[in-house]
Formats: sequence, C-alpha cells, structure tokens
Amino acid sequence: MWRFLARRLLWAAFTFFVVTFLTYVIFFVIPADPAKQAAGKLATAEQVERVSKYLHLDEPIWKQYILWLKQLVFEGSLGRSFVNQQDVTDIVRASAPVTISLVFGGAILWLLVSIPIGVLSALKPRSLLDRGSMVFVLVGISAHPVWIGLIFAYVFGYKLGWTPITGYCDFFNPSAGSTCGGPAQWAYHMILPWSTFALLFAALYVRLIRANVMETMNEDYVRTARAKGAPPNQVMKSHILRNSMLPVVTILGMDIGLALGGAIFTESIFSLNGLGRSLILAYERSDLPVIVGIVVFSTIMVILFTLIVDVLYAIVDPRIRLG
Amino acid sequence: MALLEVENLRTRFRTDDGIVQAVDGVTFAVDRGKTLGIVGESGSGKSVSCLTVMGLNDPHTSTSEGVARFEGVNLIEATQEELRKLRGTRIAMIFQDPMTSLNPVKSIGWQLQEAVLVHRNISRKEARARALEVMKAVRIPHPERRIDDYPHQFSGGMRQRVMIAMALINEPDLLIADEPTTALDVTTQAQILDLMRGLQLDFGMAIIMVTHDLGVVAEMDGDVVVMYAGRVAEAGNVDEIFTRPQHPYTWGLLGSLPRLDVQVDRLVQIAGQPPSLLHPPSGCRFHPRCPFAMDVCRTTEPLLAASPGSATHLQACHLAQADKDREAARVLAGTQRTDS
Repeated sequence: MWRFLARRLLWAAFTFFVVTFLTYVIFFVIPADPAKQAAGKLATAEQVERVSKYLHLDEPIWKQYILWLKQLVFEGSLGRSFVNQQDVTDIVRASAPVTISLVFGGAILWLLVSIPIGVLSALKPRSLLDRGSMVFVLVGISAHPVWIGLIFAYVFGYKLGWTPITGYCDFFNPSAGSTCGGPAQWAYHMILPWSTFALLFAALYVRLIRANVMETMNEDYVRTARAKGAPPNQVMKSHILRNSMLPVVTILGMDIGLALGGAIFTESIFSLNGLGRSLILAYERSDLPVIVGIVVFSTIMVILFTLIVDVLYAIVDPRIRLG
Repeated sequence: MALLEVENLRTRFRTDDGIVQAVDGVTFAVDRGKTLGIVGESGSGKSVSCLTVMGLNDPHTSTSEGVARFEGVNLIEATQEELRKLRGTRIAMIFQDPMTSLNPVKSIGWQLQEAVLVHRNISRKEARARALEVMKAVRIPHPERRIDDYPHQFSGGMRQRVMIAMALINEPDLLIADEPTTALDVTTQAQILDLMRGLQLDFGMAIIMVTHDLGVVAEMDGDVVVMYAGRVAEAGNVDEIFTRPQHPYTWGLLGSLPRLDVQVDRLVQIAGQPPSLLHPPSGCRFHPRCPFAMDVCRTTEPLLAASPGSATHLQACHLAQADKDREAARVLAGTQRTDS
C-alpha cells in the first residue's frame, strides 16, 4: 500500500511537470503579445518593453518556467495575473467551488438517470424502453451543450419561468453584496446547468452501463447464482450490478477529474464564474499565470481522482492488490 | 416411478440466423440415487437438455416443449418462481468451467452461504457452519482458514470442489453435472469423479453426468444416453452400451477412445463435423458422417426402438441387426475397418 502510494506520488509529480511545462510552451506558440495586452491599448513602445521586462516575458520560455516553479515551491504562490495583478490562487479559489458544484451535482444527476435506464434496457433488450433510451442517447451525444443549454434556458427559464436563467448562489454563507445564498437557492440556480452538463454524460453512461450489464448477465457465475435458486433481484444486486459497475467506477473517476478543469460550455451559457469561464477570459487576455493556475488545479484533480478510483477498485475487487 | 422423467423434450433458440432446434424430441429418465450419463459431442444438445430441465435458458430467446416430470411436477410448464424454489434445493447443477462459475468479488463462504440463505430462514452463523460442513465433505483442506478466501485464491480443482459443495449444501435429490471435469487436468479429473461417486453414496442423490468422454461414463454404474444433433442415437445401461453398441455414432465414439489392451497405430476419428442445427440433415442426422449410410438413411428418420434381447437398450438406426452385431464386435475387438 505505501509503496503503491509512493510510486503514485512520483508519477503525479512527473505528470505535473510535463503538463505545466507543455502549457508554457503552447502559450508561447500562440501568436499574441501578452506584454502589449497587459500594458494596455494606449501604452507606448517603451512602456510595453518595461512591462515585458517586469513580467519576465523577455526571457526564454524555460527560464520563465523555472521562475514560475521557484515561486511555487519557495513562496507557495501561483503568481499574479498579468492583467490586473490579482493573486491567481484567489482566482482559482473563487471559481473552483462553482465548478465543483456543477460537476458533482451533474455527476449525481447523470448517474441517477443512467443507472436505472441502462440496467432496465439491458434487462429488456429491443423493448420499447430500450429503443426509447437509444433515441435519448443519440440526442444526448449529438446535441451540443451550448444548444441544449440555450433551449433549456429558453423553455424552462424564459417561457415557463420555472428556473433562473443565470447566476450562481453560494452554498454556504453568501458573501456580502450577493443577493442570494444557502443550499435551496444554490440548488435552484443550478438545476439548468446541472441538466445541461449531465445530458451528454447521461447518454454516454446509459450505453456504457447497458453494455456492461448485458455482458455480465451472460457470465457463468450469474448462471451459477440462478442455478442455486437465488431470486432475480438478488442475482441482479449481488452478482450482476457489483461486477458490471467496476468499469463504470474507473470512467466516472476520470470524467469527474477532467470536468473539474472547467465545464467551459455550460459555465459560459449560464454565466457561472467557474474555472472554465475564468480560463476563457484569461485566454482572451493572454493572461498566462491564470491559465497555468487553472491547468495546475485540473491536473491535480485528475491525478487525485485516478488515485481515488484505484483505491476504490482495490476495495471493491478482491483480485486487485495495491503494491 | 423415476425421480426425473424427460419425455419428448424439444428446445429451440431464436437466433439472428434463424431458429435452432437444439433439442429435438429427447427422452430419458433417472431413478432416485442412480446415475445417468449423457454423452455426445459439442452441440449435440446434452447441455441444453439439462439447462432446460433446470429452467435456466434465456426465456427471451428460447422455447421448450415436452415433459420433464420431477416428482410429478412438469418442470417445462412450471413458473419461474416454482423452478427457482426447486433449484439449489431439490435439483442442483454444477458447470464445466470452475474458473468462471464463481463470482470473483464475493468470498467462497459468502457464495456457499447464499445457497442456503435463499432457501432457508436461518441465521448467517448457522449458514456458515453448514458451509464449513460441506467444505469438509468435499475435502477442501483447512475449511476454517479458506472460507473467507476469494475464488481467485483457489486452483481449478479446488474451485470445482467449491461448486460441488455449493450444489450439495441443501442435500438435493438430483445433481446435474455438466462436464464437471472437462476443464481440469487428468489427475484432478479422477479425483473429482472419485469424490462425486463417494458423495453420491453418502448423500444418496441421483446424478446426471453430462460428458463428451465415454471414459467418464465407463466408470459409472447406471444408464447412458448417447445424443447426436439434438436427438437420442442410442440409450441403455453402461454394460449394454459398452458390450453391444448398436449405433454407428457410438462405434465412432468408442473407436476414438484410447485403450490399453489393444495395439492400434492411431485412434479412429469420426469424419466431418457435427451438423448445423440451423439446417439439420434430412433423414437420419448422422448419415452425412456415417460410413454405413444407405439410401433410406437420407430420406427417413430412424425411430428409437428396443434392440433384440433387451427392452431397455434403445437405438435409432436403419442398419440390419446382423450388420450391427458384426460391426459392434469389430469395434470392441479394436480392429479397424479395412475399407475406411
């Protein structure tokens, strides 16, 4: 177990370096002049040059990267925004809860939808329900989240007036100046974003769960369970579900980790100031420190959730030993 | 009255290519405490017959007709719930591949206890005690230490012992063993067969032994049914099948068995492949592979009839009795047909 964790941490550090350095390289490949943007439209050439020097943008990429690393390791700081000198840690800290709310709420929603539909359509292949779920899957996979979000906002928010169209409410104590807060308001404002975000995943997971359950139903040990006279619901619960959910756990962990980097489309439509929206904003302003800060956060999330999945897996499946 | 009487059993599967008549009018019976061997190649319908009796075929894709009377109850017409209550208590079944027949994420003890708990209202503790008892009965070493182990920690032979223990845990009247030794190595095969014979005496249950290996059948006492392409080719007791085989298919099976008492250069194999049951051959289903096929074999299906001298020895073949006796003697002597 400890050896497993040590090895995992080493890999995590390696991944971290590769991902952040690549972010630096890619940033400088894009033809933009961050110094000019940071200095403002009216800046003289001399001012731009001073800004460039101040932000170390005149240094080679690897040197900038080392400087950034130094700052992270010795000062524990992700740096400051090129544009408004805001602390990047603060920006991530402010937007992460929004994205986390969106992703976890969405994940619960898509599991609540996809597990029953997936299992039922596996039990009755080619039935009306199975065909119906196939249509749902096709729509869910084909329709773009931006389109879905706009349709949801128009129908449920504007026409029917059931839900708010934009805005985010804090789950805990609302900050001064915000108009709403608390779990109820939070959930109320998240209904449409959750639905929009969950639809694609719900569709993918219905297919995944259906396929896994159908495969597991044909396993010899399921026949053994039926041969010993176990009632159908116990066969489903103890023998089919447990085994068919193993691959789903892996993919769920990776999807959640990845989505925590920012659900860009959903956040944009519903004006949620999450990581995805901050990322787009930072990109438009060539604000490298903010971009790297968000990349760092999502890398850590992916690494963390892969680790959680592996540990969970070892608990659920006795054949797997960590080591 | 026999414990299980199967009459004119038919099972068909709906596949993407069409209807497959896997079992086509099969009749056999097994008495309380006795053994019945069902022999045949892959696809002869022997496993499907057993799964049909157990009610374990997929109801979405299969239909069955005929009679399988177990203590007066026709299992073919019984509801799923009625069948479920018989399964594991009165009729138990073990399968070919012990490597895949146990749930990988549940401990052996849990799976053994489940077999008791789904039928009887007793505590987990009592069920565990019962599980330990049967583990001892099937001679798994150190049951107390191994009961909480998982299937992957057991060898193939040990897993088959676990399967047998699970089948015996409610002391069934009938044990259906579907090729229980096929996936095991030869020494383990012998141990498992020995174990099953001993347990049959201790528990007094009837056994249906499904196998493609006449060698397994030769070591049993009781009746044998030889199946080919969903039908019964020959049936009788072990002595009759081995001393006076009447069907060319049985001769083929016997000829393919290695023997210690006869010197042969190579074993005889039955030419060709078992037929597709999607489009079974006309007349006698064995005729395309039969070295003795006559015109009548291609057009008319031979009926299962008693052979002269024994009312229990049934066979379905058009050959004249004199030819059958001559060929049977030749096969038993181990000499090969000169014209083949």
